[in-house]
Amino acid sequence: MTVKAQISPSLPGDSVAARESGVIARIVAGERERFHELVRPYEKAVYFAALSVLRNPQDAEDTAQETMLKALKNLHQFRADAKFSTWLVAIAINEARARLRHARTIKFETIADATEEIDGHFTPAVISDWREVPLEALERKELRELLQQAIASLPEMYREVLILRDVQEINIAETALALGVSEGVVKTRLRRARLMMQKVLAPQLASRRSSLFRLFKKGGGSWF
Amino acid sequence: MVLNCQHVWAEISNYIDDTVTPELREAVEQHLAHCRHCAAVLDSTRNILVLIADDRTFELPVGYSARLHARLQEEMDEFQK
Repeated sequence: MTVKAQISPSLPGDSVAARESGVIARIVAGERERFHELVRPYEKAVYFAALSVLRNPQDAEDTAQETMLKALKNLHQFRADAKFSTWLVAIAINEARARLRHARTIKFETIADATEEIDGHFTPAVISDWREVPLEALERKELRELLQQAIASLPEMYREVLILRDVQEINIAETALALGVSEGVVKTRLRRARLMMQKVLAPQLASRRSSLFRLFKKGGGSWF
Repeated sequence: MVLNCQHVWAEISNYIDDTVTPELREAVEQHLAHCRHCAAVLDSTRNILVLIADDRTFELPVGYSARLHARLQEEMDEFQK
């Protein structure tokens, strides 16, 4: 099994970018209706970028709408030195952070995040063996909730990078651009975020395997 | 190059992304071959990443896309007035 997200630098002249560039020029020239088709492939990425900061589905949806409206208004400012998708995700992250600041909830988390990054060592859950959780187990609501809660429990800086990189599968270079940090910072935060997930989830998944995955006894999975 | 468990944990993320040097990859694999704990940490981390990347783990709210495009259309209609 491999994790599919590999680093794949964007190609400036690729066909998607060229097509989008053409659509953007037409929208800016007045064909505003075409904005629907331009952003449709990125609706999900924008929503999850906002959710990575805000954790609340309603706030994330409101922010996704604000992001798209802002993108429509400022489309003439888009420069093709970044992917259009990255530009959108960066707007979503900034809008979500602004909303969080407005709600005055960021203060405490910022302090916690800063402490986390200074601390250099992190220990994963040390277990003696691992029996794979099959993808079919995601049919169980309990498992989905367990995964969602684990991500929601991460400090913001780790949650953002994990959702962009491992949920949305945006490459490291584009993740760095969207978050406004270096690729080295993305890798460092990603390492911490992944080990935090392992530490929180591995013991829970191992201890709950019989109750969570009873349905899959006959599926040939290696849990039983 | 001989790695201890802490070195391996520090490199697991880059190892999964295949962004380590060939020498480091070989050293990590040598360690994993003899350390069941680190092998289990790697396997569990990989498995968890596969689970969270699955479309079923995070779903969009029902009606999200329709509401988004309706809001965009409102804005466009307003602009035309």
